Formats: sequence, structure tokens, C-alpha cells
Amino acid sequence: MLFLLFAGPNMALLVIFTYKPLMQSLYYSTLQWNIGSPVAMPVGLDNYVDWFTDPTTPGIVTVTVLFTVATVGGGMVIGLLLALVLNRRLRGTGVARTVVVAPYVLSGVAVGLLWLFVFDPNFGVTAALLRLVGLASPDWYNDPQWALVMVIVVYLWKNVGYVALIYLAALQSVPRDLVEAASIDGASSIRSFRSIVLPLLGPTTFFLAITTLLTSLQSFDIIQAMTKGGPLGGTTTMMYQIYQEGFQSGRAGYSSAVATILFVVLLLVTFAQVRYVDRKVHY
Amino acid sequence: MGSTTVQAAATPRRSTPTPWGSYLTLLLAVAVMVLPLVWMVLAGFKERDEIYTSPIQWLPAAVDGSNYETAMSAVPFGSFFINSAITTVIGAGLKMLLGLTTAYALVFLEFPFKKVVFGVVIFALLVPQQIVIIPNYTLVAELGWVNTYQGIIVPGLASAFGTFLFRQHFLTLPVSILEAAALDGAGHWTRLWRFIVPISAPTIAAVALVSIVAEWNEYLWPLLVVDRADMMTLPVGLTLLQNNDGIADWGVLMAATVLVTAPVLLAFFALQRRIVSGLTAGAVTG
Repeated sequence: MLFLLFAGPNMALLVIFTYKPLMQSLYYSTLQWNIGSPVAMPVGLDNYVDWFTDPTTPGIVTVTVLFTVATVGGGMVIGLLLALVLNRRLRGTGVARTVVVAPYVLSGVAVGLLWLFVFDPNFGVTAALLRLVGLASPDWYNDPQWALVMVIVVYLWKNVGYVALIYLAALQSVPRDLVEAASIDGASSIRSFRSIVLPLLGPTTFFLAITTLLTSLQSFDIIQAMTKGGPLGGTTTMMYQIYQEGFQSGRAGYSSAVATILFVVLLLVTFAQVRYVDRKVHY
Repeated sequence: MGSTTVQAAATPRRSTPTPWGSYLTLLLAVAVMVLPLVWMVLAGFKERDEIYTSPIQWLPAAVDGSNYETAMSAVPFGSFFINSAITTVIGAGLKMLLGLTTAYALVFLEFPFKKVVFGVVIFALLVPQQIVIIPNYTLVAELGWVNTYQGIIVPGLASAFGTFLFRQHFLTLPVSILEAAALDGAGHWTRLWRFIVPISAPTIAAVALVSIVAEWNEYLWPLLVVDRADMMTLPVGLTLLQNNDGIADWGVLMAATVLVTAPVLLAFFALQRRIVSGLTAGAVTG
């Protein structure tokens, strides 16, 4: 019975605030229901049909995919490059590592706001820098495509330090003899990196792919602070749509359907990654 | 670190030219990370006509605190700060407690369906809190917890990641310590606090710092359950300042952003070794 005292409260909280609502969300997705309203009408799968046939859905899916691929893929590539440089025995790498990770611990809202000013098309830094080379600033605030680029850049700025940090920890556990042996054998550094270091980083890459994908699909703070999903839906991801439909338009049933779809996609991607890794990664 | 330098000295290396490319990359990375923060701090001291000007004026003419005064008087910043501190300390503290006791049970206690219980913890890592905001909001509203500390804290309290990390760590502890504790006749509660926790202090500190940072920056959930200014946390209150204006008053907004980010940055620079080991703990043990 002692284990109930030790593990019971935590398990109860997990059930009440994670598992039960997960089931409820599934149920809500079959209702036409406004949040806070006492009346709910069962509508079967109508919310799902509505979502899949809604004219705004392809745009939202495109934004979600672009945002996710750019932040996860871009983050891993830039993070790995940073880690490789930080892993060299150079002066100043200690300070550089600290600085690169620092934005990761900052509030996403604060980061979004400070970058909103950096991107100000009239009075911001990017506008001033572009003017220096004779270019006009894109309208980051009102052009849907540039707005998406903007939130991706800011997301990467905030989060890339985490990826670099994890890769750095992994690189430091790659035995240096191995890489040096390869270079004595005449393997060029790019080849020794590709055939020796990269495979050894496999488990880390896998870990990062899953964790950064989960956080990227959930990102809300930066979008809320900078664009609120706009302009013209240019930065509305599925996560942001869940919030908008549930708490702005009050369509809780529809919002729950989007949440369920997003969760299923998440699970499928995670399991696909796990299976792929089972075959490809050398531990 | 010591051993690697010895090794490096022992193996004769061909003299290589200074890696300018790497230094340039480092410099560029540091600049990209630091300059936006510098821009924020400078803007916090600028007067209106120094901000809304073209060509750009990089430095404020004088270090002037009026933007800070405006920010503090426009919204109840003191309350935001206290609310953030309370929810962070209580939230992160209880989360650690739940993680430690659950991990202890999973490693040192015998009970039925242990694997299932562990599975429940692990699978919860895959369920984003954002997916379940609507049912959780409904529940919190029914409980009358809107605009309360428990409304902000309790739904996110369960520990999944912490439990996982502590379990991994406990599995590496030497058995002899626990045998000594058992010989002492200590009960499980005493064993946890008198033997396990002290020798796990570095891991616990690292995980605690990471959860404190996460709690402090939490935004979506407090945004949903709080609509009264005096109950808002710092990130939520910060957007209030943005909404108040209509047109962005960048000087005031940047001053407020400095107030929100500065404590975290200072804490990070002071404790970065521990925070870094907390961040990497998941990847290294996982």
C-alpha cells in the first residue's frame, strides 16, 4: 500500500489532467458545443468532415507543415553546425555556448515582442540593415508569407541553442581517437564526419527529432505575441487554430476535433520515427 | 577536461593554421544571439522621438527610466511579479516532490502493475498539454478555480519528465547505500529524504532549475484561466501592455520586456552549469 502514498498523487494528477481530458476531447469532438454553454448537440463526425472540407484547412495545414519542417529541420542543421564549432578546442567556446543557449530560457512572449520591434518595417533593425544595402524592408507585419518567415526565424533564434547543446554533449562523448584515426587513414574531414561521427550521433538525432517536433507543433507563445495567427491566417498553425476556435470563436467541439487530429498526427509521426530508427540507427 | 589537455599535449600534433572560419562562425553566432537583446535594452531607455525616427538612432541620448515608470504604472507589474514567483515556486516545488516520490516507488518499492504505471508516465510525455486545454479549462471553471493560484498551478502539476529522469538516476545509485539505510531500520520515507535525496542533489538541482524556468515562462495556460489583471503572471501581463495601446509604444514595451527577461537571464548566467546539465540530462540518459 506504501506505493499508493508515493506514486498515487502523481498518477491521480496524470489521470485527471492528462488522460481523462484526452478521452473527453475525443468525445467533445463529436459535439456542436460552445465553451461554457450548457447545451451541446451530438453531431457525430460532422466536425471532422467540416475540417477536412473547410476552404481554410489546406492553408492551415501548409502553414503547419512549413513551420514544423523549417523549425525542426532548420533547428537540427543549424544546431549541429553550431555544436561542431563549439566542440573545437578554440578560445571563447565556453562563453559562446552560454550565449547561444541563453535565449532558450527566456519567455516566448518576451522574445516575440522584442523581435517584433527588431522586425518593425519602419523603425526596426532589419529595415535599417536592409536600407544599408539599398533594399526596402519586406512588410513583415502585413504580408502573410514574410510573417511566416518572421515567426520561423524567431522560433529558431530562441530554440536552436537547445539543439546545439544536446549535439555538443553527444559530440563530446565521441572518442577523439576515432576521428583522428580516420584522418590518419587519409579520410578527409568531411568523409570522416559523414561515415564516423554522424552515425554515432544517430540516437541523439532521433531524440532531438522527436522532442523538437513535439515542441514545434505545440508552439503558441511566439505566434500569439507576434502575429496572432495573422495576417490573413499566414501564421495560423493547427495548434493556433485549436486556441482560436476553442477560446476566441467559442467552437469547442470543432476545436476538439482539430486537437484530436493533431494528436493522431503526432502519434503517427512519433511511431514512424521509432520504427525507422529501429532499422537505421546503430547504437 | 584535465585528462584531455594532458592527452593533447602527449600526442604530437601537426601545427594547424588558426581556424579563422570557425572563429568567424562563433563570432557571428554570438552577435546574432546578443544584438537583439542589446537592442531591447537600448530601446527601453529611448524617448519616443528617438525610436520613431529615420534613419535609425542606435543609442539613446540619455539613460532615462521614464519608460520603466510608464510600464509599471500602466499595469500592476508588482502583482505580476508576485504571481509569477508564487506559481513558479509552488508549482515547481510540488512537481519535484511528485517526481521524486513516484520515481522512488518505481525503483525501490515492490507493487503490482509496475510496468503499467511506468508506461502511463512515459505515454503522458507524448500528450501535449495544449491538446487537452478545453476539457481542462472546463474542469477548472466548474471547480471555480478561474483567477486562482490553484487554477494556474494544479492542471500542470503532474510530473512525467521529472519522474522519468529521477527513475533513470535512481537506477544508477549504488545498492550499498540503501542496504546501509535498511540496516539502520529507516522507513522508506526516511530513506528517500535522508539517503537518496542528498546523494542525488546535483541531478535534483538540475531538474529543478529547468522546471522553474518552464514554470516562469508558462504562457498559454495562465492566459486561459486568468482574466483579472491582479492575478496575471508576467508573460500574460506583458501582452496586456501590448494590447492596451493600439499602436505599439516600443519604448515602454521594451522596458517591460527587460523587466520580464532580466531576472531569468541573470539567473541563467549565474547557474548556467546546472541548467545546462538539467537540459542535457534527458538526452544523455534517454
